[in-house]
Amino acid sequence: MRHLLSTADLSRDDALRVLDVAEDMADVATRQVKKLPTLRGTTVVNLFYEDSTRTRISFEAAAKRLSADVINFAAKGSSVSKGESLKDTAQTLAAMGADGIVLRHPASGAPRVLADSGWVDAGIVNAGDGTHEHPTQALLDAFTMRRRLHGAASRGRDLDGVEVLIVGDVLHSRVARSNAWLLRTLGAHVTVVAPPTLLPVDVSRFGVDVHYDLDEAIAAVRPDVVMMLRIQQERMHEAFFPNAREYARSWGLGAARFRTLPETTIVMHPGPMNRGLEISDEAADSPRSTVRDQVTNGVAVRMAVLYLTLAGDREGTP
Amino acid sequence: MSTRTVLSQADITRALTRISHEILESNRGPDGLVVLGVPTRGVALAERLGATLSSIAGVAVPVGSVDVTMYRDDLRRNPTRASHPTSLPPGGIDGAVVVLVDDVLYSGRTVRAALDALSALGRPRAVRLAVLVDRGHRELPIRADFVGKNLPTSSSERIYVHLSEVDGDDGVAIEGGAGDEPATAPAGQTGGPTS
Repeated sequence: MRHLLSTADLSRDDALRVLDVAEDMADVATRQVKKLPTLRGTTVVNLFYEDSTRTRISFEAAAKRLSADVINFAAKGSSVSKGESLKDTAQTLAAMGADGIVLRHPASGAPRVLADSGWVDAGIVNAGDGTHEHPTQALLDAFTMRRRLHGAASRGRDLDGVEVLIVGDVLHSRVARSNAWLLRTLGAHVTVVAPPTLLPVDVSRFGVDVHYDLDEAIAAVRPDVVMMLRIQQERMHEAFFPNAREYARSWGLGAARFRTLPETTIVMHPGPMNRGLEISDEAADSPRSTVRDQVTNGVAVRMAVLYLTLAGDREGTP
Repeated sequence: MSTRTVLSQADITRALTRISHEILESNRGPDGLVVLGVPTRGVALAERLGATLSSIAGVAVPVGSVDVTMYRDDLRRNPTRASHPTSLPPGGIDGAVVVLVDDVLYSGRTVRAALDALSALGRPRAVRLAVLVDRGHRELPIRADFVGKNLPTSSSERIYVHLSEVDGDDGVAIEGGAGDEPATAPAGQTGGPTS
């Protein structure tokens, strides 16, 4: 694996490889010495054109646990605000010896451009591009589901037959997109639930079922996993739905609705949560919530991705 | 290319039984022993060795595995390798006498990586090395304490270790042989504890 740009073009074998290596990486966090020498002498640049403290520190922790040197480059207050292009910034970083670039960019497809352009030799990891994809988030979500469902016997298993409900702002969510593609590749069945205004026009291309009513969807699907998406506050002013109260009542996972879920259903959220809007305290703080597991697993999955993209012989890898 | 079998299933079993006795002799009993295999075939050998040790000594000798993938020094020279699980017995390895087990000892680089991996997992009182086959050509100052069979080989030859747990059958075979001179036989000819 030379780059990780998207989950849409990730094969089942590649995805399982990431998840299986992540199992071994997660193990490292339980040891006395939480560090591996694997990427010693390798430089990883976190190139972030959007603020995302969580994703950035997760990648930073992952790279440091593998002994890589980490350079954090936030576009705000940098040469980028003086008008430097992505090409020039990337080539500057490459000239400083970057072996891997973790890119967060507001433009969908920016990581692909960087990977295909030939501007730099570095391995590119997409850390979220516009409204397109966030592949490491989808991989950590799949990893979390697999661990909750299969426990210690997770290795080598896919998510065959798992019923997943993705609820909320599917239109703007790169998490939903990456998850829909990856989960399907792994054999899960995905249903998205959202107000019609928050569904993309091309939702049929996701290969998912669509519901507009959350209660109906829960009754019809009997989900194993409910994944709540974050409602970005700025969307409310754009009139995608009337107000927060109505959204919470119709599409939020309130206490009453949480109790209607099957008893084994797990509740996921990529964070940061808007408590009281898309998710209630009862759901977020219950033992069936995986929110903190997702954060922990995020580091292991990103370690696996950095290992698989940066550790091996990079010549001749497609 | 000719292939000839150098160890049969019975030979492997006999070698593991002898090694078990040697381990117990040099350790003066089973106290503090932890047997750790290096994936993949080292793990199967470690389990067999652990079972033999337990039946000879009459107490359960803990067995586990230690993956060395992330500690290798040749990662950049090869396509990315998949990793394997590391699993330690519940008691850990602090203060234990760890017997590392691998199928073939060759350059010594895998063992070097395993020693690094162990130091991240705890602080054993001592580390010993048991291998089924020592084929020479060491590139590092590393030596096995317990050897199933010394096989002086040339570097153009290939050694195939088959174990029923992994490959469906048991046997060690050597392939090739045309070419350069065999390496001089490694130290510790009969494979006893040389310390």
